[in-house]
Amino acid sequence: MITHSNISPILRFACRSAARIIQVFGVYVIVHGHYSPGGGFQGGALLAAAVFLLRIGEGREHSQRDMPSRVTLLLGSIGVLVYGAVGLLTIATGGRFLDYDAVPLPGLSLDDRHYWAILVIELAVGLAVMAILVGIFDRLLQRFHHD
Amino acid sequence: MNLFIETTMFLLLIASAIAAIELRDLLAAVVVTSVFSFVLATLFVAFGAVDVGFTEAVVGAGVVGVYYIAMLLHTEGRADD
Repeated sequence: MITHSNISPILRFACRSAARIIQVFGVYVIVHGHYSPGGGFQGGALLAAAVFLLRIGEGREHSQRDMPSRVTLLLGSIGVLVYGAVGLLTIATGGRFLDYDAVPLPGLSLDDRHYWAILVIELAVGLAVMAILVGIFDRLLQRFHHD
Repeated sequence: MNLFIETTMFLLLIASAIAAIELRDLLAAVVVTSVFSFVLATLFVAFGAVDVGFTEAVVGAGVVGVYYIAMLLHTEGRADD
């Protein structure tokens, strides 16, 4: 069993540094998804890849404070619920599902309403994708941690 | 020049696909599968589908490779046939 003490500090430092850079890039991909290739799914997958790197590089126990295993399903559900809530909200205000014209944000122009609604959608998708991918990874390795 | 690069990438794609099928060491097969995904992502970008290429690079070369390696821990690591 690999413990914290026999992981090389160089490896830990490299994994932590690379994971932070990947996380910053993932957030950039999510919030910049309107203008450039990318969006919620790709950014969420990048955020999940950063957590994988931490899980592999410094072990499951010591990467828990970055992304606890027990909250993955909860975070994924929150992402899906936010996505569905925005879609149903636009139905409630007279539009179709995810019809951004009908987003009830008073005092904003049509472009600004689209902007904020799409940003919320992208953040929800990114959160759901990251949490579910990390959850699948933890589930795949669960048997080896309970033996 | 462009045609030469694309032809090289296609040959690399076919070679990595055949290698991934033929290799008996499953860890090596997973690594070659990641190479396949990365070459495919490069080709997508070269053909102008940047979004598809980005997804292929992140999911195919990154996440799926990690999943396959995690699943390898449940196997003996070698193909019998």
